[in-house]
Order: sequence, then C-alpha cells, then structure tokens
Amino acid sequence: MPGFGASAGVTESSKSAFHLWQGFSIGAVIIGALVVVLMLWAIVRYRRKGDRIPEQHQYHLPLEVIYTVVPILIVFGLFAATLVVENKATANPKTNVVVNVNAFQWGWQFLYPGTNALVYGQTTQSPIMEIPVNTNVHINLTSTDVIHGFYVRAFNFSRYALPGVVNQFTIRAQSTGTFFGQCTQLCGLYHSLMFFRVKVVTPTQYAQWLSTFNNPADIAKAAAALATTNAELASGVASKTSYTKFGR
Amino acid sequence: MTDVLDPPVHAEHHGHEEHHGPTGILNWLTSTDHKVIGLSYTVTSVIMMVIGGLFAEIIRGQLATPNGNLVSLAQYNELFTMHGSVMIYLFAGPFAFGALANIMVPIQIGAPDMAFPRLNALSYWLYLTGSITMLSGFFTAGGAANFGWVGYAPLSNSLNTPGAGADLWIGGLLLTGFSAIFTGVNLVATIFYLRAPGMTMFRMPIFTWNMLVTAILILLAFPVLTAGLVMLYADRHFGTHIFSVAGGGVPVLWQHIFWFWGHPEVYILALPFFGMVTEVIAVFSRKPVFGYKGMIFATLTIAALSLGVWAHHMFTTGVVLLPFFSIMSLLIAVPTGIKMFNWIGTMWRGQVWFSTSMLMALGFLFTFLIGGLTGIYLASPPLDFFTHDTYFVVAHFHSVVMALVLGAMAGLYYWGPKITGYLLNERIGKAQFWFLFIGTQVFTFPLYVLGLQGMPRRMAVYPNDPQWKNLNDISTLGAVLIGVSTILFVINVIVSWKKYPAGDNPWDAQTLEWFTTSPPPHHNFYRLPQIRSERPTWDHNHPDYRSLHHGEHEGVHEVKGAHE
Repeated sequence: MPGFGASAGVTESSKSAFHLWQGFSIGAVIIGALVVVLMLWAIVRYRRKGDRIPEQHQYHLPLEVIYTVVPILIVFGLFAATLVVENKATANPKTNVVVNVNAFQWGWQFLYPGTNALVYGQTTQSPIMEIPVNTNVHINLTSTDVIHGFYVRAFNFSRYALPGVVNQFTIRAQSTGTFFGQCTQLCGLYHSLMFFRVKVVTPTQYAQWLSTFNNPADIAKAAAALATTNAELASGVASKTSYTKFGR
Repeated sequence: MTDVLDPPVHAEHHGHEEHHGPTGILNWLTSTDHKVIGLSYTVTSVIMMVIGGLFAEIIRGQLATPNGNLVSLAQYNELFTMHGSVMIYLFAGPFAFGALANIMVPIQIGAPDMAFPRLNALSYWLYLTGSITMLSGFFTAGGAANFGWVGYAPLSNSLNTPGAGADLWIGGLLLTGFSAIFTGVNLVATIFYLRAPGMTMFRMPIFTWNMLVTAILILLAFPVLTAGLVMLYADRHFGTHIFSVAGGGVPVLWQHIFWFWGHPEVYILALPFFGMVTEVIAVFSRKPVFGYKGMIFATLTIAALSLGVWAHHMFTTGVVLLPFFSIMSLLIAVPTGIKMFNWIGTMWRGQVWFSTSMLMALGFLFTFLIGGLTGIYLASPPLDFFTHDTYFVVAHFHSVVMALVLGAMAGLYYWGPKITGYLLNERIGKAQFWFLFIGTQVFTFPLYVLGLQGMPRRMAVYPNDPQWKNLNDISTLGAVLIGVSTILFVINVIVSWKKYPAGDNPWDAQTLEWFTTSPPPHHNFYRLPQIRSERPTWDHNHPDYRSLHHGEHEGVHEVKGAHE
C-alpha cells in the first residue's frame, strides 16, 4: 500500500499512526477524486454554449440528504479509527527505562534517573539520547524556559516541552539506528538549529553505554551539570509536579 | 402592474445633488458613507496584501538555499511573524468584512447605509491606525515582533522578547480588534433592522447571510482575544504572572485564549469568501444557488462547531487530549462538504461562463478542496502528532488561505464594476488567474511533502539535504508565480482605469445590488424592485424563470405550456 508521503517509522505507535495515515489518505483520495471529477464534468459539460437560460433548479432534497448523511457516517468511521490509534499512542505501559528530557534555549538535556548518565548539548552539538531497542522507554518531558517541541520523525510523534508541566509518554523502538530529532515549536533566535539525535541500541550496548558514566570524574561532571540544571529549574520553573488545571 | 416600489425610507432621494458634503480628500477623511469607507478599506487591505506578499517573497528567497543569508536569523523571525500577522489581521479579515461586506451588505438588503455610519468610520480609522502601529515595529531598535503570529507565552513575555516591536504588535492588534468588533456590531444591526420591505431573512443573498454569521462569530470571539492581549501586556509591563510559571501562572492558558479566538477566526476569514464564491458561481452558471437553505444551515453549523474545536491546535501540548475536540473538528468536514456539493450542484446543468471572476471562483473550489481534505488529517490527534508544526500544516493552511485569495479576486472582479462603474480587463485578468492558480499549487504541493519528510516550520536555515533544497526551490518558484499574478493585478487596475464602462448589471446577476446604478447613488437606490425571492433583480429581468424545486420542470415556455 502506498505511504502517501509518510513513512512507517521505527516504533510500535509510529507504525499504527502510519496505518491510520494510509486509511485517511485512501479516503481523501477517493473523495477528492470524486469531487474533482464532478467539478470537471460540470465545467466541461455545462460550459456556456449560448444565451439560453437553463432550467432554474434549486432544490433536490433526496440528494442533499445523501451528501449530508454519508459524510457523517464517514466522519464517525474516521473518529473510531482515530480513537483506537490514539489510545495506543498515549498508553503508558509499565517501563524499565526512564529518561527525563529537559528542553532549553537552545538545546536538550537527557537525564537517566537511577544512573549516572547525563547528556547535554546545545544547537548543532546535537546531543544524543540513547535508548535500548524493544523496550518501553518512559519519557518525562519538560522545559526550563519557553515552549519547545520534541519531534522525532522516525517516531511519527511530537510533543510540546512546556515550562511547569511534565509531559509523559512511552516509546518502544523496534529497530536500532540513529534518528534525527529537532525542536518544532518556535522558541526564539536559534530555533532552527535546536537539533538532537535518538540512538536506538541493543540492551547490551545500552548497559555498556550507561557504565561509561560510572568513572568518578564523569560522575562529578554529571553532578555539576545536574546542579546547574536544577538551579535553572528553580529560577524559571516554580513546580515540576503534574499539571492539573487543564486536563491532566 | 407595478413591479417597482418606492419604500418610504428611500423616497425622494435624488442622489448626488442631495449630498452636500465636502469633496476630494476632505470627503474621504470625513465620510460616513459605507461605500467610501468600504473603498478605503479595499485600498488599504489590498496594500496590506502586497506588503504581506513581499514578506513572503523574502521568506521564500531565504529558503531557496539551506543556509540562506538573504536575512539574519533574527530578521527571519520578524518576517514570518509579520507576514502572518499582516495577512491574517490586516488583510484577510478587513478585506472581507471591512471592504466587500461594508460596501455590499447594505446594498444587497436594500438599505441606504450601515446602521451606525459614524461607528463604521471609526472602525476604518482604528483599522488604519492599528495597521500602522503594528508595522511601525520595524522602525524600532529591536525590530518588529518576532514570536510568530500566535505570540505564544512565555516566548512573548518581556524577558524573552523585550523590544517595543512586541508592544506595538499587541497595540496594533488591540486597535484592529476593536475595529472588527465595531464592524461586527454594525453588520448585525444593519442586517437585522435595515432590510428593505419584502427582504425576509430567507430572501437574503448568501453573501449577506455569511456576513451575518461572520459578524456574530466576531462578537463571540474577538473580545476574548482583546482580553488575552490585555493580559499579555499586563504580564509584560505591569508585573502580573498570568502566563508565567515563575509567578504561578499557566503558559498554556494563552493558547486556550488565543485559539478560542483563533479557530472561530479561521471561519471569520473563510465564511465571507465562501459567500462571495457562492454568488459568483450562481451568477456565472445563470442558475440560483443550489440548496440555498441547506447552504445557510451549513454556514450556521460551521459557525457553531467552530466555537468548540480550538484545542485541536493544542493536541501536542499533551494537556488537552480530549476526543471531544477531535470529533468536533472532524464534523466540520460535513457542512463544508455540503457547501462543496452545493457549489457543484449550482453549476450542474447551468451555462458556465468562464469570466475572470468565475475562473477565480473555480480556482477557489479546487484549492479549497485540497486545503479542506488535508485539514481532516489534522483533526485526528495521532496524525496531528507527527505533522504538527511541520511544513505539512503550513501547506494545509496556505492551501486554505490561497483559496481565500482566489475568492477575494473572484469578488473583486465580480463586484469591482458595481463599486467603480468600470470593468477590469478580462485578458489580463485571465492571465492573472493562471499565474495565481498554478503558482498556488506549485507553491503548496512541495510543502506538503517537506512536512511529511520532517521539516519543521519557522526555520531560517535547514539541514543541507538535496531533496529538501529541491522541494524548497519548487515552492519558491510557485511563490514567484504568485508574485507575478499580483503584479498583473496592479497592471490591470492601471490599464483598465475608467476604460470599460460597466453598466448597471454587466453579468446578468441576480441579487439586489445589481438593480441600482454602478456606482450606486449616495443612498444606494432611487427605487427598489419587488422582493419576492432571494433573486429580486433576476425576477425583475426574467419573470418567467423562477427557481424550481426537485421534480419541477418549468423554465421554458413551451414546456410550461405542456405541463398545464
């Protein structure tokens, strides 16, 4: 089946979102083609041929009812499919790996609670978030200043990093590789350079990678970086607790 | 039998000689005539369109290469912010309800003027001063506003965006907002109270109906924006913390306020152009609007739904993921689809006359179809997650707004002769149409692909990927074609200046405005025809061709005789 410009991506939910995309696209192409054919037929067949005044038909109730009711049915079909996929994409299953993602002007910080791992990088330094394959990875996403957008095309997913809010979601990558990520929400001067990477590795490689943070010098460095971040958080963000006023 | 009546309100008006006001520039400055004010609005808003278009051309020039250095990163942020702001706040809305509705609605319902002529003048002057205020940001030290046309907090607070440009943006928006509110009040009062005898609600032209619904939407939505802007200003200068986390505020609250205005605003912009196109298609198919009543109910449904869909702009915030907003957004496709089929039904078995105006309307249909279909994806949260803030969204709403530009041109070519008394050149008009129509598709199509390939919006520079560069170049070419079409329009206005006298009804049109002279006299009508349907001028000119219901066949005399 054609992808209609999108691609399946590498996570479980990116694939179901892609299938939903295909479904919507097939509907759009069929309806779009129908309308274009009707339009072209009207334009060509009924183009002006003289000064004769055509019959002044204004109402055709059965026809009007049909093109009201059929779209309503289609819309409810699309909505049902949307609900199924959305519930999958926003489910928060049990996870063993947690990454706290902090967005800031203009870079990213990836903190792995319970370990010594901390990755930090600005603009084109493109910091790398490393995660294990075929594992549920729980992301806690927040921002220290303005609103940023956490977007990885290979995941067919994006979520705002909001100051004062911790947005939580789970990703489960199904193949290894390094994937491009970028801030999608305008965040000031260097918005167009706010890159990051997601590197999906095997669980063994992941454990190995985590252990590289375990030598004392690195731990000290990480602790210092964490202190800086916490200071930033304290100055810019009053509370990191979940947000209850609207929705969640 | 008399088929023309002189209602008391219009009696004994003999036009020019009773208009003893000042003339020339002083007339323009002091006039409360809705046609003069409307013309000021038309000229000002078309100039705004050209300014906004110029910004767009610079943006596309910058994106022609991945590491473009036509403008700096900072200038780029100012340019797309002001491009969006000028096009939405200063062109599309004011052109629809300040220019064409201001001129046409009173004439379409047989009124001598708007209900509150001086308030109408105030609307225009607020709009003009607001526009100048917003644009003057470019002349401040820090430059113009640079946080996008949506001004999301906390990027728009005084810490992240110090400069006066942002304050001028807020101030300009407040002024034009009040201008819109006053015009809304005026339109509602005019339509409810100043209709001519016989002009019942269900005999009003579709354009007037759409303007009534638009005006009601303005009254519901714009005060919310005004309130939000005051809060934003207070956060910037008076030490409040409504949108800042540090003081216990909620940044997302701005998005709720903004989009509670912003989504109805989409229909405030679109409905007037739907109305224009409806009139144009009916006239140039020589048929009544197909499903006239269904069209009105579809408009009312769109307006009602539009008030309950704002959070579909906020699915990726993660804090309002309610299925309610998804189904409400998807449902808007239904009344919109009804309109699309009604437009086709209007052409069906008609005599489709390819005037420039009709070509523009047909261009609208196709472009709006693309924009409408791609909008359905965005109503589905899982699909919105991966297209939000990418060029897919940019392409979607540019298909929609470029359709509105085509609709605006359909309106200008159709009503221009009524307003000025002179026709525009059809040859140049058709050339303009092809540049505009093809340019629009060449401009938007690559952007859909770019968005799906992951290019975020609002990027001054982008990764050096040859495919991205090619797609951006094609899009830039499209923008150039659109630019050429704008130049052709300006040339057309100059070339056709007072050259082709139009006469009262050059298109054999149907509604009341075509019954009076072109341009109409001071109080619009010397006399009115009997109004017994939504097509009084048509009924007057073609008394034997009334509208038919399903199953009826009259139309030509011989057939009529056979039925009897």
